[in-house]
Amino acid sequence: MMRPESEADLARMIAEAKGPLNIQGGGTRGMGVEGETLSLSALSGVELYEPGALTLVAKAGTPVAEIEELLAGENQRLAFEPADYRGLLGTDGTPTIGGVFASNISGPRRIQAGAARDFLLGVRFVDGAGQIVKNGGRVMKNVTGYDLVKLMSGAQGTLGVLSEVSFKVLPRAASMATVSVAELDLPGAVRVMSAALGSPFDVTGAAYDPDSMTSHIRVEGFAESVEYRCGELIKILGQHGTAERRDDTNDLWQGIRDVSAFHGRAGDVWRISVKPSDAVELAPRLGATALQFDWGGGLVWALMPEGRDLRIAMSGAGTGMEAIPGHATLIRASADTCARLGRFEPQPAPLEALNRGLRAQFDPRGILNAGLMG
Amino acid sequence: MEMPAPDPAILSRKAHLAARLSKVLPADALIVDEAETRAYECDALTAYKCPPLLAVLPRNTQEVSDVLRICHEEGVPVVPRGSGTSLAGGALPTADSVILGVARMNEVLETDYENRIIRVQTGRTNLSVSGAVEEEDFFYAPDPSSQLACAIAGNIAMNSGGAHCLKYGVTTNNLMGVTMVMMDGTVVEIGGAHLDAGGLDLLGVICGSEGQLGVVTEATLRILRKPEGARPVLIGYDSNEIAGSCVSDIIKAGVLPVAIEFMDRPCIEACEAFAKAGYPMCEALLIIEVEGSDAEIDAQLAVIKEIAQSHNPVELREARDADEAGRIWLGRKSAFGAMGQINDYMCLDGTIPVSSLPYVLRRIGGLSQQFGLAVANVFHAGDGNMHPLILFDANKPGDLELCEEFGAEILKLCVEVGGCLTGEHGVGIEKRDLMLHQYSAEDLEAQLRVKDVFDPQWLLNPAKVFPLSVTENRRAPALAAE
Repeated sequence: MMRPESEADLARMIAEAKGPLNIQGGGTRGMGVEGETLSLSALSGVELYEPGALTLVAKAGTPVAEIEELLAGENQRLAFEPADYRGLLGTDGTPTIGGVFASNISGPRRIQAGAARDFLLGVRFVDGAGQIVKNGGRVMKNVTGYDLVKLMSGAQGTLGVLSEVSFKVLPRAASMATVSVAELDLPGAVRVMSAALGSPFDVTGAAYDPDSMTSHIRVEGFAESVEYRCGELIKILGQHGTAERRDDTNDLWQGIRDVSAFHGRAGDVWRISVKPSDAVELAPRLGATALQFDWGGGLVWALMPEGRDLRIAMSGAGTGMEAIPGHATLIRASADTCARLGRFEPQPAPLEALNRGLRAQFDPRGILNAGLMG
Repeated sequence: MEMPAPDPAILSRKAHLAARLSKVLPADALIVDEAETRAYECDALTAYKCPPLLAVLPRNTQEVSDVLRICHEEGVPVVPRGSGTSLAGGALPTADSVILGVARMNEVLETDYENRIIRVQTGRTNLSVSGAVEEEDFFYAPDPSSQLACAIAGNIAMNSGGAHCLKYGVTTNNLMGVTMVMMDGTVVEIGGAHLDAGGLDLLGVICGSEGQLGVVTEATLRILRKPEGARPVLIGYDSNEIAGSCVSDIIKAGVLPVAIEFMDRPCIEACEAFAKAGYPMCEALLIIEVEGSDAEIDAQLAVIKEIAQSHNPVELREARDADEAGRIWLGRKSAFGAMGQINDYMCLDGTIPVSSLPYVLRRIGGLSQQFGLAVANVFHAGDGNMHPLILFDANKPGDLELCEEFGAEILKLCVEVGGCLTGEHGVGIEKRDLMLHQYSAEDLEAQLRVKDVFDPQWLLNPAKVFPLSVTENRRAPALAAE
């Protein structure tokens, strides 16, 4: 295993690499890429934190927990609410900030605050030839040249290995409450979530658990404001089902974020991004063992019988049904299934050409997490 | 600003190119006459002008695709244009280029309140996107000050911001999908009504690429329900330092206003003389706006006022009704008009870490004396995006050059303190030659490689964003191939 202790080390190791590299932050997601492991765990530490400017700069291998603790000390947080995949995947390891941004991992608050990529302000990375590159910076508004920051976020290390990330943080909300609406089927739940998200009450979470037939709507802010908005939401949503306010729902939202409903259960785990109202048509097509819904219906988690290609059901192929636009990512499955179906959705030809072209430019030897994204 | 010399081989083929384009466009969508192409000789950076070879005004994606395919086959550069409000020269043509204006593509294609999206053709103006969803009390959040005129196409090209992005983000945070035509005419669909597109984040790199990667013809945008209300408060201080610490303390206290605007004394004086908004004469003025129900606004303003009071303001004025709120915003919103009244001015757009504000304002004051040109500062203080306005006299020989030199020094200062050259206006031609102050040659090379993938012949808006010396080898083969 290679374990660079500085950015210069990292650059040298990549430049001198003789074969494919398996890029690893904290190793919590086990992407199963072939090649020698390149661990970023020694490239760790917060380099700058300015609470008054809402910005933090850290080396890529810095544990997320260390950053969250530092932020909590100033009553701030990572507003995009990164999920912790260890329970879902049955892995250990320590989630790192570089891993979070490289895979653009966002939780329930993504619908209101934005995704990880929306908070990433600047990056330093080493490309596949060993060249150190910086892009963006540490300020919130920056349109100086191309936004490689976004390109790197979600590239899963295939365009370059992040060495340092600079990102925006937000104040931690003073209080939080959840309006739960019971006795809802899926179409009813999507209507409830759409009504909540289309209200002026600044909802920061909208999820649905089909097992309990309950939809959860989260509001955060000053206590008086949370009180007021819960009251207004109960008035609107009460028309659809039994709506009640719940406090102490930290664990509930952490469970939604980490998909705890699937922990310890056998089967493949798929993560599907669709237009929220399309969740209604999508769900019955899948033949899933279990489902969970977040982002107002726009994020569907499916626990599927092993080895089944969920994308076929989504495309409607052979059924005469129309394709449902969106993207399905295979989050947990056997190595065989991952290899056969691909973790990431194959792209239409012209987009695949652009993806390939970018990878060839940034990683000409094809050694960075080779094959992971196609 | 230097522009590449036009290619005589292209100039000589004007009639041939016009004939080919006329086969795919209606007669009124192709502008050949020199008197008429002059309408496209510049954008809002009016100091630089050059009529294009031809201009085209397609009505749909198919026509855009046909135009680009033909220009690609002919090796002719294309400069995409929204409404021409760029302050950076993003839509400045060269004499051998075709201007592709999207102004005729201004339809709303779909409004979907259940999924909170709108799909529009990109020639539609920013404000009219909000206008299209206003009856249901929704709005499109990014609000550049040119929003009455500027097109969504230009917003996407420049990743435009606005006064309210501290809470709502800029264009890239509100753009969900695009239909884009590549230089060879290929039409691609990226993203859509769902939140996460597959594969690499192409949408992220297209937004802000200044029309160099493709021509976006349709866009899916996130729309939001309007807040119940909004109310500003005006706070005056004796020094920039104190105003700066007040902003920092408010943010640290956990309040997130939708806007925090900052004006310095020269700006306050000019705005007051122009708009008579009743501003106090002081060194620094903050306008802070919060949103929500009446009670929520009261609660947030109570926290803000307490912090503001602890810094001993010379004035603290809360709007009690819509009329007073309007008066508080009146001066700020007329800042640019006020400056235009006094003089010619150049508006800069660097961003700095908020903590460097007092230092940067002091240094700008020093530079102002050194160059002998007055400067007024308007500032989105929450996110560090500065708008220094340098006053000069366009009729005085050498004054524009002096002003540009002064502006360059301010932007270098922004980079020196950890900021950047441009927060929301874009690089265009204006800041092109300063790019090497912010990025190393290797950093820029990584960006150029992205363009190599999208536009291998370097035909789309080729003379922008990067120093000409850096892109010369890439642009030259395209011309040599003729």
